Amino acid sequence: MIYKFNFRKDVQYIVVAAVVIFFAFVPLFGSTYTLTLSSTIMMYIVMSLSWSMFSGPTGYISLASGAFVGLGFYASGFLSSSLPLPMLMLVGGLVSFALAAIIGAVTLRLRGVYFTIFTFCLVELVKAVMTWYEIMIVRKRGLNVRNFGTDTAFYAMLVMVAITLIVVVVIKRSRFGMALTGIGESEDAASHIGIHTTRTKVFGFAISAFLMGTVGAVRATMLHHIDPGSSFNMMFSFLPVLMCVFGGMKTFLGPIIGAAVFAILQYNLITEMPQIYMIIFGAIMILAILFMPTGIVGVYERVINRIKKGKSKKGGTDDANA
Amino acid sequence: MPMLEATGISKAFGGLAAVSKVDISVNEGEILGLIGPNGAGKTTLFNLISGAIQMDSGTAVFEGKRISGMKPYQICRLGIGRSFQAAKNFDGMPVHQNVLMGALFGKKGQSAANASKIVDEVLDFVNLNELRDKMVHDIPLASQKRLEVARALATRPKLLLLDEMMAGLNPSEVGEAMELVTKIRDSGITIIMIEHVMKAIMKICDRIVVLHHGAKIAEGAPQEIAANKTVIEVYLGEC
Ligand SMILES: Nc1ncnc2c1ncn2[C@@H]1O[C@H](COP(=O)(O)OP(=O)(O)O)[C@@H](O)[C@H]1O
Ligand SMILES: [Mg+2]
Repeated sequence: MIYKFNFRKDVQYIVVAAVVIFFAFVPLFGSTYTLTLSSTIMMYIVMSLSWSMFSGPTGYISLASGAFVGLGFYASGFLSSSLPLPMLMLVGGLVSFALAAIIGAVTLRLRGVYFTIFTFCLVELVKAVMTWYEIMIVRKRGLNVRNFGTDTAFYAMLVMVAITLIVVVVIKRSRFGMALTGIGESEDAASHIGIHTTRTKVFGFAISAFLMGTVGAVRATMLHHIDPGSSFNMMFSFLPVLMCVFGGMKTFLGPIIGAAVFAILQYNLITEMPQIYMIIFGAIMILAILFMPTGIVGVYERVINRIKKGKSKKGGTDDANA
Repeated sequence: MPMLEATGISKAFGGLAAVSKVDISVNEGEILGLIGPNGAGKTTLFNLISGAIQMDSGTAVFEGKRISGMKPYQICRLGIGRSFQAAKNFDGMPVHQNVLMGALFGKKGQSAANASKIVDEVLDFVNLNELRDKMVHDIPLASQKRLEVARALATRPKLLLLDEMMAGLNPSEVGEAMELVTKIRDSGITIIMIEHVMKAIMKICDRIVVLHHGAKIAEGAPQEIAANKTVIEVYLGEC
């Protein structure tokens, strides 16, 4: 009923699935560098997709991603010596889910920028609590994390990309996804046509937090040592937002492409010009926002539409936002 | 027993009593008009009944169930639908999907097949079928207001609250809107409508309630209201 086959839209799913399958073979020939870079790209993809899954339709801009990724870090930090990686991911995800559900129940009543400010503060709050815990209780800064090997981390990230893609597509086509969109379009109207807006928002926020927690747990195993500063990192909060703006938020491919471009750009800038990397990075972001308000994918769609219009007068209303 | 009975409901914003100790009831099958000058508290009264805001005191009972204290989605599922003074359509969705949203969520456990049947029915009923694939911004204001009504109808309400659905419409559109309201009532849905268009109110309402500064100052049949001295002073005189 909701779903109609549309060639241009469905081709993108097939292409993405093919790329995911191709990635499964990368460890057979890729160098350690390639694997690490790929793992980062995949982590970013999970982050931007899960962020846009909630913030895209609802318009509730969350800056709490750093808290959820950080909880994943610490799940690994505390438990990596005793549990296998999938369990660490599950714990990281569940703890993030729980925090998001609690925070969401309290703060998702806040509308607009107040929600954003609260989530922004949340990262600092969790970081402060963790720092206090380490200084006052255990009297040891940071934790060492077991390394499960580059290949393992790579495959863990790949599995999470696959899961996240499935979750995103399923939600987008489900009643739940429609409810999220309704809330973004008009929360008042949504509540008066029978949508349980609070529950929908809290659940959406928590699912997205779960996904971020799992990749945080994997990420930590790629580092030797974590501490509150590296875990509850504002960079992780801003990254998904920037990647989605860069790639285009309202499209399926936007967050994926934004994440990939971002990770590669970041890696190159860090290695080539570490001193001025943030400056260049910032400049590119500003230019992107100024000149591509709909992101890379948006620009692509505009170009395609222009070409199409040139060919035939019959433009039609091809909705790009599904 | 009335379908909806609100007793002594009050709501203050800061120091301002937007609605004070209002009793209002509507019987099944009725069209009840709600009039009063701007700022009289009409929209606030709708917000209180539909659960958008909580009342400071008073109770509202719908079909024997106490609805004061309930959330909007619960009140909707019990069978009260509403439209908004400034249309709140889902602008990013085509017309038919707006209606589908109402059909899908308005009743718990609505099947997809059933929902799309409701969409077709309702679009036919309100005469929006031709515009079903258009985006909200591409249809005229009168149709946008109709769409809001359609979305509310798709939730299968027993009682419909219409907030100034005729504001901003030209005379012929007002005529069509009046026809629609009567048709909705004839289909078995009870209606409370806020309206400034006197001609429409007087013609189609069975009963009228007048609010002024948050208080109910008069209630009665259209002819009684038109002849009521207080009403003429505070309200009709201003027009
Ligand atoms: N959410 C709100 N916060 C503060 N004041 C409000 C709010 N809603 C309505 N009011 C005030 O309550 C009074 C009644 O408003 P309203 O119910 O919209 O009147 P009407 O619909 O009859 O024109 C007005 O003075 C308005 O300014
Ligand atoms: Mg009003």
